[in-house]
Amino acid sequence: METQTIKSTQKSTKKTKRISGSEAIVRCLIEEGVDILYGYPGGAIMPVYDELYKYQDKIHHVLTRHEQGATHAAQGYARISGKVGVAMATSGPGATNLITGIADAQIDSTPMVCITGQVSSHLLGSDAFQETDIVGISTPVTKWNCQVTKAEDIPSVIAKAFYIAKSGRPGPVLVDITKDAQFNEFDFSYEKCTQVRSYNPIPLTDIIDVEAAAKLINTAKKPLIVWGQGVILGQAEEQLKAVVEKAGIPAAWTILGASAIPTSHPLNVGMVGMHGNYAPNMLTNECDVLIAIGMRFDDRVTGSLDTYAKQAKVIHFEIDPAEIDKNVKTDVAVLGDAKTSLELLLPLLDKNSHKEWHQQFKDLYQIEFDKVIKNDLYPTKEGLTMAEVLKEINIQSEGKAAIVSDVGQHQMIACRYADFNVSKSNITSGGLGTMGFGLPAAIGAKMAAPEREVVSISGDGGYQMTIQELGTIFQQKAAVKIVVLNNDFLGMVRQWQQLFFDKRYASTEMINPDFVKIAEGYYIKARKVTKREELAIAVEEMMKSKEAYFLEVCVEKEDNVFPMIPSGASVSDIRLE
Amino acid sequence: MSIEDKQLFTVSVYTENNIGLLNRISAIFQRRHINIESLNTSPSEIEGVSKFTIVVNITEVNMKKIIGQIEKQVEVIKAYYHKLDEIIYQIAGLFKIKSELLFEERQIQNIIKESNARIVTVNKEFFVLEKSGKKEEIVTLYNQLSPFGIMQYTRSGLIAVTKEEMKISSLLEAIKNN
Repeated sequence: METQTIKSTQKSTKKTKRISGSEAIVRCLIEEGVDILYGYPGGAIMPVYDELYKYQDKIHHVLTRHEQGATHAAQGYARISGKVGVAMATSGPGATNLITGIADAQIDSTPMVCITGQVSSHLLGSDAFQETDIVGISTPVTKWNCQVTKAEDIPSVIAKAFYIAKSGRPGPVLVDITKDAQFNEFDFSYEKCTQVRSYNPIPLTDIIDVEAAAKLINTAKKPLIVWGQGVILGQAEEQLKAVVEKAGIPAAWTILGASAIPTSHPLNVGMVGMHGNYAPNMLTNECDVLIAIGMRFDDRVTGSLDTYAKQAKVIHFEIDPAEIDKNVKTDVAVLGDAKTSLELLLPLLDKNSHKEWHQQFKDLYQIEFDKVIKNDLYPTKEGLTMAEVLKEINIQSEGKAAIVSDVGQHQMIACRYADFNVSKSNITSGGLGTMGFGLPAAIGAKMAAPEREVVSISGDGGYQMTIQELGTIFQQKAAVKIVVLNNDFLGMVRQWQQLFFDKRYASTEMINPDFVKIAEGYYIKARKVTKREELAIAVEEMMKSKEAYFLEVCVEKEDNVFPMIPSGASVSDIRLE
Repeated sequence: MSIEDKQLFTVSVYTENNIGLLNRISAIFQRRHINIESLNTSPSEIEGVSKFTIVVNITEVNMKKIIGQIEKQVEVIKAYYHKLDEIIYQIAGLFKIKSELLFEERQIQNIIKESNARIVTVNKEFFVLEKSGKKEEIVTLYNQLSPFGIMQYTRSGLIAVTKEEMKISSLLEAIKNN
């Protein structure tokens, strides 16, 4: 649909058309393959919305109920599809409302492009209505950002934005575009960005480093792999599996690495970190070679660094050179993307099985099962546990659902107990721990992958931080399955208060509304479960629903998540009770 | 000196000439609560490439991590760090002093001569002295002049060239031919 063709000019071989900056923005997005974007209109971005109206057959704009919801939806879209998520907002409060989602995408390496409107360039710095220095504000939480004040700069800046957001270690990029740049006309042509001279997204993998890594792995008696999201972002799931299977190495995952290798794989030994599994945490301090792949040794993974894997030689496969030696000193660093590095590594590895070493994992799993897992999954007490709900979802979805969780106890339970049989199935806010992430992220995930079952799992606290996005679900007819595990508490904080603050439950008890009525107010089918015998049938009804469905499960109020590594303790000081 | 001891480092950052980059780089230090002793930005030997010269007092372990964080910024071409004995550096100091003192206080003339300071300008009211050198030399001059009364005093950031080659040109050439 050509809307505003004033004149066509022939410039070398490239055809250019004179269009407005705002039309150019929309055309750039289409050129980058954007089919859906999330946002909220307002004064300084109105020219772009006017163009979105004209181009609505080519690009679908989703009106969220808050700009934060737009960023999380864009993140959910990006995390399930691997494509760049796009969020749009107006200047001032619209732009500042994006910041939480941008910070979340930065720390979780999610490719996202945010476009904000800005007051006209002649008003910049004059404290104009809805003017805020969003480039300044977003600088510490973006991979790159830029303000555009001239219409003719729009194509090159947006092209650069997409290239930077997606390449190397991905991240969020913000482009702030003044209103005059949106209105002015120029000769439009689009060229994708393939290089920025000061930016080296993927460092070259040095075969000498790979050989050194292989040598260490081949001589190891007790090797342990800990993989992270780098495997998923680098599309190296098959390569990782091949390495794990050939060398027979027990492999554990960080929260964001979950689902790269199926939960059921015999060499998958579970999750590391604060609420991770007993065996991989304990044996981190017993392995002789620790092989970290696409992970960044977050403090929630390592506990106290002074006592983390000190006995082990550390190999770090990593795309971002700044991560090498940042938290844990490595013996061999292999730079590059996970796929390339692991492909080079595979032929150098000896076949092995490490049977006795595996048995240690099995023995410790049995201890964890007896002390924790059994009670979580098959409780004998009256109250429902969160894990039971996950078990039911696993059964009903055959472990194929994408689980979009929020932040807190339910998140740890979801990561611990969900069956992840398909990659990109664990969408959650890892590094930033953003309550309110789940519901809007599930919208983005469902819209990007409508063929997949997307289950949003939240607690009663985080759910209410972005509850208004039920309106988006209703308006978009997004068939998201929404589960709230309600314990009438900010459960994770309450757990800490119980364990470390002598049960002084300061501001963690929630007096909650009627969640079913709220969902029904948005015309979403809803059900509440309080008894064990209702659970299976309710989850079945939810999973069979062709539309969005809300399920509230009232769980035991004061359950704790175990195992737990107390903050600042060693991974091997993990507590089972 | 151990890599765990704090010492002065100069950081040389070659960058694209971008408005927001100063913010991005200073935020890296601010976030880690590292005080910037001095900061200078200027064009570099390569056309279109800017150079930041930053002085910080930190451990070498932290210095290495910070270099990683700086180089991670999209518009940073390359960052280097050097100890003070690996560079040739200069700091400039400017002193604005009442002109009458120049003629009345014989000692001031001696101080100027002995310090190798340069008189930049003289008029009826004041004269301006400029002294380049190590920080200590400028501080010494300040201490000598201070008793007579200084109207204004400013010291510049440190600027430096390294004894070793910084292979920024060949790096850019390699990128170009890539």
